[in-house]
Amino acid sequence: MAIPSGLSGPQIAWRAAQDIPDGAYVNLGIGLPEWVARFQPEGRQVVYHTENGVLGFGDAPKEGEEDWDLINAGKKAITIKPGAAFFDHSDSFAMVRGGHLDVAVLGAYQVSEKGDLANWRLGSKGVPAVGGAMDLVHGAKRVVAITDHVAKNGAPKLVGSCTFPLTGLNCISRVYTSLAVVDIDPKGFVLREKHAAVSLETLQSFTGAPMHIDGAVTDLIVPDLA
Amino acid sequence: MRKQVGSVGEATASINDGSRVLIGGFGGSGAPIELIHSLVDRFRNTGSPTDLIIINNNAGNGRVGIAAMIAAGMVKKIICSFPRSSNADVFNSAYAANQIELELVPQGTLAERIRAGGAGIPAFFTKTGYGTELADGKPTACFDGDMYVQERWLKGDFALVKAQTADRFGNLTYRFAARNFAPIMCMAASRTIAQAKDVLTDGSIHPEHVITPSIFVDTIVEVAAPEQEEVLVREERVY
Repeated sequence: MAIPSGLSGPQIAWRAAQDIPDGAYVNLGIGLPEWVARFQPEGRQVVYHTENGVLGFGDAPKEGEEDWDLINAGKKAITIKPGAAFFDHSDSFAMVRGGHLDVAVLGAYQVSEKGDLANWRLGSKGVPAVGGAMDLVHGAKRVVAITDHVAKNGAPKLVGSCTFPLTGLNCISRVYTSLAVVDIDPKGFVLREKHAAVSLETLQSFTGAPMHIDGAVTDLIVPDLA
Repeated sequence: MRKQVGSVGEATASINDGSRVLIGGFGGSGAPIELIHSLVDRFRNTGSPTDLIIINNNAGNGRVGIAAMIAAGMVKKIICSFPRSSNADVFNSAYAANQIELELVPQGTLAERIRAGGAGIPAFFTKTGYGTELADGKPTACFDGDMYVQERWLKGDFALVKAQTADRFGNLTYRFAARNFAPIMCMAASRTIAQAKDVLTDGSIHPEHVITPSIFVDTIVEVAAPEQEEVLVREERVY
C-alpha cells in the first residue's frame, strides 16, 4: 500500500504550535521543531529557551547582520527580545531537568506506545552525538514529538517498542504526525485527530501498535501554508 | 595579587603532557581561540603538550581552535556531548582512524558533572540517560518512585575560557551566548586561565555585574581583538 502523503513538515509544526499556551516557556528541538515558533498563534506570548544559554530569543537576524556570539543550540544566529536572559550551561539545564520548562517539542525516529523516544542515533555506525536530547526528554512538564507518521522506507514510526537507540523511557505524552494527533496514556496510543483522507484501517496499518479510540476523534485540519 | 600575564603563551605555559583541559565554547561561540592556538604553537615548536584530554561541548569546528589541536595530533581523548557537526571533519577523520578516544556525555549531564566537580560533589543522580546505552554500567537508584542514573564529577587540571571583561582581581563577564560552559569550567579546574577582551587596570567590575567571581580564576591575559570561531570557520581559515 502506498504511504499516505498527509501533512507537510511545516503543517505538522503548525498543528503542534496551536497547543502551546500563552505564557509558556518552551524549548524547540533542532530541525523541524524550530518551525513551531513561526506558527505561534497571534495574541499568545511564548518565551523560547535554547540549551546553550538564552531565554527569550526571537527570529533569525537578516543575512549579514549575524552576531555569532548570539546563537541557538542549532548553532544558528538568533536575535533577542525584550525580557531575554543569558545564563551558563548549569542554569540552562537546571531549567530543563528541574521541570521549569512548560513544553519541549522534539523530533523523533520512533515513539513507542509506552512513550519511549528514539531520536538521537539510527544505529551503531558513524560518530555518535547526543547533545541535549536526553536531558530535554526529562524535565519539561510536557514533552511532545512531531514527525512523519511513517519512515521513508514505509516502516511505522509509532511502534510497540523502539528498535533504534533510546533517548529516554516513558517521556512523550503526545505525538503530532503527518496523519494524526496521538496521545500516549497507560493504554498506549490513543487517537485524538485523524487526517480526513485516511481511513482508520489505513492509519492502523501504518502504525506499529494498536491505535485506541477513547472519546471523539476529530479531523486533523491545518491551513495550506503553501 | 598579580594574576595578569603579558602573553597567551605565558598564560598557558604550565599546561603539560597528559593534562586534562576544560575548554569553554559551544558551537562557534565562546572558544578561547588565542589560548588554544598558543598550545598548538608550543606543540609545533617543542612536541609538548601532547596526549591532552580535552573537555568541551563539541569536538572542534573547521580547522581552527580545538580542531587545530586535533589535526596537530596533540589530543588523546575528547569528552563532549556533540562531536558531530557540518564542520567536524578533523575530528571525524581522527575518530575513524582510531587516533582519538571519545567519551560521549549528554549535554546537561556534562554541565552538571563539571559543576559538581567545581562544587566538591563527587557524584549525583539524574534521570537523563536512564534506560539508554549512555547509562550502561552506571549505578542506578530509585527516588520517590522514579529511576535515576549516578554520574561522577568531572574536573580539569586547567580551564581555558574566553571572557569579555576581566578586572585585575580575576572577576569576569562574558558576551551573550559565549558564556555557555565558561563559569562552571572556571570552578572545576585546578588552574583557570581566562583571556579577556578588556582587562580593567584601574577599578574593577561592579560587584553586582560579576558573573564569575575572582576566586575561580588564576591567570588572566588581555586579548584585545579576539578571533571569533564561527567567523574563522566561515572564512575557512586554517591554523
